[in-house]
Amino acid sequence: MSETQHESVRLAPDPSPGLTKVGGDTPVVSPPAGRRRVRKGIGWPARLEIALMTGPTLIVFLSFVILPVAMAAYYGFFSWQGYGPAEDFVGFRNYLLIFEDSTFLAALRHNGVIVVLSLLLQGPAAILLALLLNRQIRGQTLIRVLIFVPYVISEVVVGTGWSLMLHGDGVVNAILGKIGLGWLQSEWLSDPKIAIWTLMGILTWKYIGFAVILFLAGLQGIPEELTEAAAIDGASYWQIQRRITLPLLGPTIRIWAFLSMIGALQLFDLVYIIWGQYIADTAGTSTMATYMVANGRTAGEYGYGNAVAVVLFLISLVAALIYQRFILRRDTEGAITGGRR
Amino acid sequence: MAATAVFGRRARRPRQRLAWGSPSVYFVALLLIGAMLAPVVYIILGGFRTNAQITTDPAGWPSPWKIENYADVLTGGTFWRQVFNSTLVAVFTTLGVVILGLMTSFIIARYRFRGRGAMYSLFAAGLMFPLTVAITPLYILIKNLGLMNTLPGVILPQIGFGIPMTIIILVPFVRAIPDEIQEAASIDGCGRLGFFWRMVLPLAMPGVITVGILTFIQSWNGYLLPLFILNREETFTLPLGVQAFASQYSVDTAKVLAFTSLSMIPALVFFSLFQRRIVGGLTGAVKG
Repeated sequence: MSETQHESVRLAPDPSPGLTKVGGDTPVVSPPAGRRRVRKGIGWPARLEIALMTGPTLIVFLSFVILPVAMAAYYGFFSWQGYGPAEDFVGFRNYLLIFEDSTFLAALRHNGVIVVLSLLLQGPAAILLALLLNRQIRGQTLIRVLIFVPYVISEVVVGTGWSLMLHGDGVVNAILGKIGLGWLQSEWLSDPKIAIWTLMGILTWKYIGFAVILFLAGLQGIPEELTEAAAIDGASYWQIQRRITLPLLGPTIRIWAFLSMIGALQLFDLVYIIWGQYIADTAGTSTMATYMVANGRTAGEYGYGNAVAVVLFLISLVAALIYQRFILRRDTEGAITGGRR
Repeated sequence: MAATAVFGRRARRPRQRLAWGSPSVYFVALLLIGAMLAPVVYIILGGFRTNAQITTDPAGWPSPWKIENYADVLTGGTFWRQVFNSTLVAVFTTLGVVILGLMTSFIIARYRFRGRGAMYSLFAAGLMFPLTVAITPLYILIKNLGLMNTLPGVILPQIGFGIPMTIIILVPFVRAIPDEIQEAASIDGCGRLGFFWRMVLPLAMPGVITVGILTFIQSWNGYLLPLFILNREETFTLPLGVQAFASQYSVDTAKVLAFTSLSMIPALVFFSLFQRRIVGGLTGAVKG
């Protein structure tokens, strides 16, 4: 779609062939008479520069990002243990097996629950906190930095720390006992009724700082004149937030929800670290990604693991496209799925 | 656009001195900070206790304070070797992502050639390919390349996966450089590559630093890729090391807490040095 504007013709030769202006509506080097559309008049030096400066990037990107995804699509059709050439072509059998496996379906359901709960719990909480912190208070910078700390700490540290704190004799139960809430003590990590809520708690703790920072940035883009005018017209604080601030914060909220959804669909690290690969099933916290690792690499069934990866990818892609089509459309104009700039 | 968002932060009007405002706001803010920091503080304090103290009273204060756990970790070679590995991986990943990303952004932003739009779309589509999906075949690929249990086996894929976001952030930066600067440079006899080196590089520096910091922290905290590629203990990065340490000394809780809190320090220091840029860069990048 971007090619159309290259087709225009101009008269004078460009003083610096190959280089263009910011806007993209600059005239284009004309094809010399007699030859039609000679590569937009780019000289060999410019072509060499293009090749040298994008070549290495393209090689690394194609070999380590695009190729593995293509390989996953290919090996997903084989029963393959990871060594030698893949010869045992099984068609769609891996995919049938995936959707017949109740363990996978359970993992998929957990992913769905995590997506919904992330949006329902973290979103409103983060918006309220951002509204609160957006009021003019002292030490705002310090507060922002401190609530961002969990986001910067690695998943492994978070997982290790929280599993030590949450196990049966850990500090959380001890504190509950001390302050007279002993009846609340539970097996936070292993009780299937509770574990997914524990996971949600840890996820919220780790990632809410990111949402708050995003929303704060969005809030600061809202002109004060609007809220001042509403206040003069007699609107209450909450009316102003509901009628003015929230709608204007919409684009930021929608982008955050998108990132949160994709992150939740691909959740791996924290679950794998805290629950290990097998306990996650019984505790009800397994995800598609932990299922993929447990039944792919760990089980030595690489063909099957790749098929799971493809399913995971397609589910994320479909979710992303639907979200973009119906919700993000007016905000980004395809910035994520490959708009031009 | 990322560029305007990041530049825009600077231009914010100076805030007038504030009244203290409502105490309830501070109360909620304090609660929030407490909830965010308490686990971190617990991990650090736990490292100063003994296992007996932790067992008898998990929620207690260190009494007496013990530095043996920290001393043990710091004097053993394991921790430092893993810090060294993590540093190597993070530094080379960051350099690779920044150098390749900036060169390619320069071409995409300022050269006109057939396939430019397609190239940008290709990289932008890379955002949709998360590491999680590619990890199994990536492991096979790295094995076939003979890079298992080597740091380049982690660095190269990390560069690949870091490139899309880098290009998305940097292209607007490079595009925003006024043409007049380029024309002036050209009149002064500066070629296109000289322009890149002398003008684009310094002018895009805010974006480059933001991208660099984000890449560094992401690499430093990376878990999935090292988990697949690095199986030998001498090649472990810090996250793998923390996990291995936690399972190896699972009965020695205090020591695990000490190891864990020490491994947090580099990321926390790095974060506090650059927090302004990280917070600004993230919001700029995501507002896209």
